[in-house]
Amino acid sequence: MIKRFLRWMPSFWALLFLAVPVMGVATFVLADHYNIWLPRDVSEHGRTIDQLFFFILYLTGIVFIVTEVVLFYFAWKYDAKHNSKPVEFSHGSHSLEVVWTILPAVTLLFIAIYQMDAWAAAKMRPPEIPFTCEVTGRQFNWDFRYPGPDNVLYTPDDIVRTDGNLYLPYGEEVLLKITSADVLHSFFLPNLRLKQDVIPGMDQKMWFRATDGGSFDIVCAELCGWGHYKMKGRIHLLKPEQFAAKLEELRQEQNTMRVAEAK
Amino acid sequence: MSTVPYDHHHEAAGHAAHGHGHAPSFLKTYVFSLDHKIIGLQFLFSTLIWFVVGGMLALGVRWQLAWPWSPMPILGNLVGHAEGGQIPPETYTMLVTMHATVMIFFVIIPVLAGAFGNFLIPLMIGADDMAFPTLNMLSYWFMWPAFIVIGASFFVEGGAAQSGWTSYPPLSALFTAAPGSGTGQTLWLIGVTFVGVSSMMGSVNYMTTIIQMRAPGMTMFRLPMTIWGMFITATLQAFALPVLTAAGFMQVTDRLLGTGFFLSDGATANNALAQAGGGQPLLWQHLFWFYSHPAVYIMILPAMGMVSDILSCFSRKPLFGYKPMVYSIGGIAGLGFIVWGHHMFVSGMNPALGLTFMVSTMMIALPSAIKTFNWLGTMWGGKIQFTTPMLFSIAFVSMFIIGGLSGIFMAATPVDIFIHDTYYIVAHFHYVLFTGTAMAVLGAIYFWFPKMFGRMMNDQWGKIHFLLTFILMNCVFFPMHILGMRGFPRRLADPYHYDTFRDLMPLNQFMSWCAFLLVGVQIIFVINFFWSIFFGPRAGRNPWHANGLEWQAPSPPGHGNFDFQPVIYRGPYEYGSPEVDVDYYPQTQPPTGREVPAAKH
Ligand code: HEM
Ligand SMILES: [Cu+2]
Ligand SMILES: [Cu+2]
Repeated sequence: MIKRFLRWMPSFWALLFLAVPVMGVATFVLADHYNIWLPRDVSEHGRTIDQLFFFILYLTGIVFIVTEVVLFYFAWKYDAKHNSKPVEFSHGSHSLEVVWTILPAVTLLFIAIYQMDAWAAAKMRPPEIPFTCEVTGRQFNWDFRYPGPDNVLYTPDDIVRTDGNLYLPYGEEVLLKITSADVLHSFFLPNLRLKQDVIPGMDQKMWFRATDGGSFDIVCAELCGWGHYKMKGRIHLLKPEQFAAKLEELRQEQNTMRVAEAK
Repeated sequence: MSTVPYDHHHEAAGHAAHGHGHAPSFLKTYVFSLDHKIIGLQFLFSTLIWFVVGGMLALGVRWQLAWPWSPMPILGNLVGHAEGGQIPPETYTMLVTMHATVMIFFVIIPVLAGAFGNFLIPLMIGADDMAFPTLNMLSYWFMWPAFIVIGASFFVEGGAAQSGWTSYPPLSALFTAAPGSGTGQTLWLIGVTFVGVSSMMGSVNYMTTIIQMRAPGMTMFRLPMTIWGMFITATLQAFALPVLTAAGFMQVTDRLLGTGFFLSDGATANNALAQAGGGQPLLWQHLFWFYSHPAVYIMILPAMGMVSDILSCFSRKPLFGYKPMVYSIGGIAGLGFIVWGHHMFVSGMNPALGLTFMVSTMMIALPSAIKTFNWLGTMWGGKIQFTTPMLFSIAFVSMFIIGGLSGIFMAATPVDIFIHDTYYIVAHFHYVLFTGTAMAVLGAIYFWFPKMFGRMMNDQWGKIHFLLTFILMNCVFFPMHILGMRGFPRRLADPYHYDTFRDLMPLNQFMSWCAFLLVGVQIIFVINFFWSIFFGPRAGRNPWHANGLEWQAPSPPGHGNFDFQPVIYRGPYEYGSPEVDVDYYPQTQPPTGREVPAAKH
C-alpha cells in the first residue's frame, strides 16, 4: 500500500517543477489582491491597451500553465525510478511538428494584426487641432509652455511653467508637442498609458483624450543622468472650464511677474 | 570501443612536437597555450571571476532598491566611498550600467562561445584542435585589454560609465552630461571594442573549424545541437559585430574628435554646447540594436544547444525533432536581423516602422515555441534520470517558457508603450538570461566537468545547489513582472521618490533578501567545483553513458584530443536504440548490423 503510494507519488523534482505554474499563477492572484496591478487608467485609448494586455495575459497564461504542467507530468511519468517501460525510440513526429508550427504561427499573426489599430490610434493618427502645450525635458525637470490666448506657440503671450505641474483638460482631445533640451528623456504618464522618448532637435506629437479628472505622476522613463530618479512631474486633469480658468490664472501670475521684473 | 589508457594518446595522435623527453614549459602549456581546451578553460575561469564581480554590482543595485540611501555594509565603502557607504545616485546608475556590461560582455557571451565553444567544438566534431590555434589564443588574450580597461574605468575621475549598457547618446556622447560620461565612457567604448575583436576572432575560427575539420562521417546533420548553436552564433557574430564596432568608433570620434554622428544641432548638456551637430541620436540606437538584438541570441543559442544535448542524454531517448530544431535555430538567426526595432518602439522611430518590427518580432517567438515543444517531446516517453545537469536543463526549459511568453507582451506595440523601460522588461531578460542561459551554463559545467578535469563533481551538493538557486532566483525575478505591471520604472536610483511606488518597497526588500541569499548559496558551487578538481572521484571516459564524440576521448583529453582516429556512423542522439543491448549507441561505434523493425517516425 505505502509502497504503491510511494511509487505513484511524483518525485520531489517533478513536484518542484509543478511549483512553477502554481506559484506563478498565485503571484498574479496575490498581486491583484495587493493592488500591484495596472495602475488606474484615465484615458480612452488606455482601455484598449489594458484589454490587449489582459488578452495576451490570459492567452500566454494558458500556454504557460499547459506547457509547465506537461513538463511536470513528463518529469513525473517518465522518471526512470518508476517507469519500467522501454523508452520510445522516436526521433520526432512530422505531423506534430506541423501542428505546433502552424498553431502558434496563426495565433501570433492574429495578435500582430489585432493590435495594429490600437498602435495606429496611439501613435500614427494625430488629431488636427492646435497644440495644447509644449513639453520639454531637460536634466532634470519637465518644462511646459502653453500657447496662451492666441493659441499659437512661441508668441509673446505664451505661458511658461517650470514647476513640474502640467494642467490639461479632460473629456476632450489634447495634442502635445514634446521635445528635449539636452539628452534623451521619456515622457511617461502611467495613468494615461502613454510613453514617448523625447529627443533633442526633434519635435514629436503626443495626443490623448482623458476620461476623468485628478492628479497623476509624470515619470521620466529614459535614463538621463544622475538625477533621472527625481525627474518627476505632476499632471492635473481638469474640467475644460476649470482648465481655461487655470490657464488664465497662470497667465495673470506670469504677467505680474513680468511687470515686477520690468520695474 | 576504445580502451587505450589516456597517457598514451600523444603517440596515437601523432603530435611529435610534444613527444617524450622535453615537457613544454608551464607558460606555454597554461598561459600562452594554443590548445583549444586550455583556452576554453582560461575563458571559463575568467568569466567565472567576472561573474562574481557582476554579482557584487547587482547586490549594490538591490541594496539601493530595498533600503535606499542607507549605508551599505562592505560593498558600500568600495563604491560609495565619499558618502560613508551610502550609494549616491550617480554611483547607482554606474552600478546598473556596469552590472549589465560585465554580465553581457564579460560573462555570458565569452562563457558560451569562448569557454564552451572552445572546449567542445573540436571534441564534438572529432578534430584535434581549432583551425587557427594562434588566432584562438589571441581571441582570449584580446579579452585582457578589455578586462583591464573596464576594470580601470572604475577608478578614473567620475567613475565608470553611467549611461546604461545601451550607452545612448547624447548622454553618453557629451562629457558634460553625467559624471561617468567622462573618461569612464571612453574606456567603456574601448573595452567593448576589444571584446568585439576577441569575439570576431573566435567566430571566424569556429565557423572554419566546423565547416572544415569534421571527422570522417560527421555530416552536418550528425552534429550535436551544441555545435549547431555555436555555429549559428558564430555567423551571427560575424555579420552583426562589425556594425557595433563601427558605431563604437563613431561614438568615440563624437566624443574625442568633435564629429557629430549622434548629436543633433545645438546639442547641449549642463549648458555646455557640443562641438558639432547635424547628427541624430536615434542613429546610435539603430546601430546598437542591429548588433545587440542578434547578440541576445548569441547569448542563448549555444545554451539551447547544450540543453538539448543534456536533455536527450538523461531522458535516455533521441532528441525529438532534430531537424526542426536545427531549422528553428536558423530561423531565429535569420529573423534576428530584422527585429532590432522592437527595442525602439517608443524611441521616436517612425511608428509605421514599428509595425513591421512588431510583426517580425511576433514571428520570432515561433521558432522559440517550436524548440520548447521539441524539448518536451524529448522528455516524453523517456527514462528520466534526475542528475544535476539534467535538473538545470529542465529548469532552463521551464524558465525559458516564461521569458519567451513575456516577450510577446512587449512585442505587442500598444502594450509596450506602457511596459517599455519598466521592470517588466527587466523580468523578461532576466528570465531568458539568468534563469535561462545561466542555468544552462551551470548545467553544462556539471555535465562536461568530468571531461574538463577528469573527475566528477559531487551530485548531492550539486542538487542542493540547484534547489536553492532555483527557488531563490524565482523569488528574485518573478515579482519583477508584477512590478512592471504597476509601471515601476527601471534604472531609478530612488523609485520611492514617487509616492505611487512607496507601497512596493516591502516587495523589493523581499526580492533583495533573496538576491543576497542567491549570491550566497553559489558558494556551494564554488566549493564543489574546486574541491572536485582535486578530490572528485575519477571519471572514466564516458561517465554519463552518452553518445557524443567527446565522450570517446580520454578525460581529460590530451593534446590532440583523440587517441584513435574517430569515424562517425550516426547522430549523437541514438539513446535506447534497438540495435544495441545497452541504452546508448556512441557515434563512433560501428553498426551492429542487427535487423530492427522499420524506424518509427
Ligand atoms: C520569444 C522570443 C522573444 C521576444 C518576442 C522578445 C521580445 C522582446 C522585446 C519586444 C523587447 C523590447 C522591450 C522593450 O524594451 O520595451 C525585448 C527586450 C529584451 N530581450 Fe527579448 N524577446 C524574446 C526572446 C529573448 C531572448 C531569447 C533573449 C536573450 C537571450 C532576450 C533578451 C532581451 C533583452 C536583454 C532585452 C532588453 C534589452 C534592454 O532594454 O536592456 N529576449 N525582448
Ligand atoms: Cu530621466
Ligand atoms: Cu531584441
